Amino acid sequence: MENTILRSIDFDAYFGDNHVVKKVNMDIPKNNVIAVMGPSGCGKTTFLRCINRMHELIEGAKTKGKMLLNEEDVYSMHPIFVRHKIGMVFQRPNPFPNLSIYDNVIAGYKLNGMKITRADRDAIVESSLQKAALWNEVKDSLHKKGTFLSGGQQQRLCIARAIAMEPEILLLDEPTSALDPISTSSIEELLHELKKNYTLIIVTHNMQQAGRVSDRTAFFYMGELIEYDVTKNMFTNPRDERTQNYITGRFS
Amino acid sequence: MEVWKNIKIKRSFRQIRMEKIFRSSLVLIAISILVLVLAFMLTLIIQSMPSIKALGFGFLYGKTWDPVVNIYGTYPFLLGTLLTSFLALLISIPFSFSIAIFLGEYHPRGWFSEFLKNAIELIAAVPSVIYGFWGLFVLVPLVRSLEIKLGVTPYGIGIFTSSLILAIMIIPYAASLGREMIRMVPASLKEAAYSLGATRYEVIRMVVIPYAKSGLFAGVLLSLGRALGETMAVTMVIGNTSIIPKSIFDPGNTMASVIANEFTEAASTLYLSSLIELGLILFLVTVVINIIGKKVIKRFTTE
Amino acid sequence: MAQNINYRLGKSKSFRGLVIFFSILCTLPLFLILFYIIREGIIHINWNFLINLPKPVGETGGGIANALIGSLLIVFYAAVIAIPFGIMGGIYLSENKNSWLSYWCRLSVDVLQGTPSIVVGIVIYFWIVKPLGTFSALSGSIALAVMMLPIIVRSTEETLKLLPSTLKEAGLALGLPYHKVMLRIILPCGFSGVLSGIILAVARIAGETAPLLFTAFGNPYFTTDISKPMQSLPLLIFNYATSPYDEWHNLAWGAALILLLWILLLNIITKITTRRWKIQF
Repeated sequence: MENTILRSIDFDAYFGDNHVVKKVNMDIPKNNVIAVMGPSGCGKTTFLRCINRMHELIEGAKTKGKMLLNEEDVYSMHPIFVRHKIGMVFQRPNPFPNLSIYDNVIAGYKLNGMKITRADRDAIVESSLQKAALWNEVKDSLHKKGTFLSGGQQQRLCIARAIAMEPEILLLDEPTSALDPISTSSIEELLHELKKNYTLIIVTHNMQQAGRVSDRTAFFYMGELIEYDVTKNMFTNPRDERTQNYITGRFS
Repeated sequence: MEVWKNIKIKRSFRQIRMEKIFRSSLVLIAISILVLVLAFMLTLIIQSMPSIKALGFGFLYGKTWDPVVNIYGTYPFLLGTLLTSFLALLISIPFSFSIAIFLGEYHPRGWFSEFLKNAIELIAAVPSVIYGFWGLFVLVPLVRSLEIKLGVTPYGIGIFTSSLILAIMIIPYAASLGREMIRMVPASLKEAAYSLGATRYEVIRMVVIPYAKSGLFAGVLLSLGRALGETMAVTMVIGNTSIIPKSIFDPGNTMASVIANEFTEAASTLYLSSLIELGLILFLVTVVINIIGKKVIKRFTTE
Repeated sequence: MAQNINYRLGKSKSFRGLVIFFSILCTLPLFLILFYIIREGIIHINWNFLINLPKPVGETGGGIANALIGSLLIVFYAAVIAIPFGIMGGIYLSENKNSWLSYWCRLSVDVLQGTPSIVVGIVIYFWIVKPLGTFSALSGSIALAVMMLPIIVRSTEETLKLLPSTLKEAGLALGLPYHKVMLRIILPCGFSGVLSGIILAVARIAGETAPLLFTAFGNPYFTTDISKPMQSLPLLIFNYATSPYDEWHNLAWGAALILLLWILLLNIITKITTRRWKIQF
């Protein structure tokens, strides 16, 4: 595939003896939105967390295989560098409750000890919040705590915080599952905008959402990657019976 | 943006080094806490070696303690410690259990319960030297007049007075733990008993107490550990004599109080070493009691 | 049958009465103590009492300035020693729940918490006082630090354990180094809990006497040199209360009231910090 940014080769992940991701091969093209879906417990979130090495934070977690970012294995880099290049947004909005909105966005620089000028800092904060479509709502209260925002705003703040580091890939782990429908649709709109600059991988258990936001969809079942295709093809003409069953709601 | 990326990489290497240092210092500190406790034990053992070698088990049942002629038998202090601690426990249990039941079962909330809770915390917060001071000037005269009425030698100070002071001091330990344990009794169990027509008292006796039994027991253990090791208040009111007490109104000495009184004057090696051996015994006993107590609590709360 | 029920209800009622009676009775000694300390102490406290040194026996007046400053210094240095170790130990335990080391470390903390304070005094005597050849305020601070350590470790551990794990993940996913995540995000989020643990620990040791008997030892003169013996409020109370002189008893009453007020204040501050500075999620 041309301009592939991320490639997983025979990738396995375990929790102790539990084999949760099995031999996944997947190429992810640049500036696309990839939806990863499947029933709960299918390994989709674990796979996502393996991409930026969050999986290994859990005791007893192991991985095998290769995960190549621009042809370089992320498992041979230091996790700090990996996570600078691959940002992540979580299921529940988790802004740092001890920091203001401004400091939340700049946290990746500030807490890494990177000394940058005030003007640069302001520029980063503004452009990140602009990109996360939050600037207009919070520009007058930048120095208030981020936890005073609504759930949807908090989630967009988390997106701004992640993209402030200028990652190449942004991972989103069911970013709307804790949000109301209006916030959900504003986040979904945002994804369209973001894909101009970033590659997005979004885990969702909501098929409609996968259909709405993604260019390509991967379907996981029991730890295996069953099918991976252009979203339109996947939904109209699934090749595998299990995909078909899932799409038509025959198992939950 | 490109400039920042270069800074990012340069800075990050430094951070990675710092991260390694931080992680290893966490481990180092955890190890040093462990080493601290081991060194504690080792110091006590090494320093009490002379007396362990010279006196053996006779140390524990020897009835005479007379440093002037180099005789070190600690039976009077063991007896004094056990008497004061268990007497204190006996006196404090009705109070601490009452408070535990009151706050855990009858009135978990309300202004009076808040007040009671704060009062109990305050009892735990008052320094032991203040208890001793107060005991010496207020409680001792009271006990003396009681002793005159009872017709025993009116020392005022002694085992009984120490137990009274200790009893007050250890109430909070069993009370607050007991309260937590009683509050953990599932409502469904109590409701089942109520639905069978049990009265409040019967529910407490047949359901609440049996359920929270091990927690209450742990609270008593922690109180006991506290009473055994308590030094200042006891030292100030027990009378400090090495003669075996014949009744609870006699003056005596506990292991802790004899250390407090004689440690700095102990000139000979054997004298000092026997005091440290007392400390070692005290340490081991309280540690065992505390660990059993904590284990009981843990088992109770994770079940 | 009806009689039986009345008997049972009566029993239930009288049990409740008994419980309430004992509960209330239990607060009586506390108030007696507070009452006596305040009544006897308040008449001796004035400006001179706070800024003067104790006078020799036979002279009236005199104050407790040396003990006040001594107490503050000893407790301050104890806190300086214990806080970093306590917080780091707490972070280690909250981060490593099931490792071999954390099991033994936790057990050690329990042992330390249950160790009688007099035993701490003995050990520190052999570690610091004997090698240095003199009683010193520093050795007293170290003894008190050992007593503070388990309280701070435990409160830090318990506080950090309650923070949601998503917070740590958010930091790490941003590519922040582990130490920054723990010290700049996790610790500030648990600030109120950690701080109230520290203040509680200070309140506990501020009144400790037994570990100071063979370490700081006491000193009738004014000194701020931590390599010399130093007076502290609890030591002063103990020494003067057990002396046969009325003048010294008066000083001890005054000192007792000040110590009590200090500890009361620390306890109140603990309560306020726990309530006020809780960070919302």
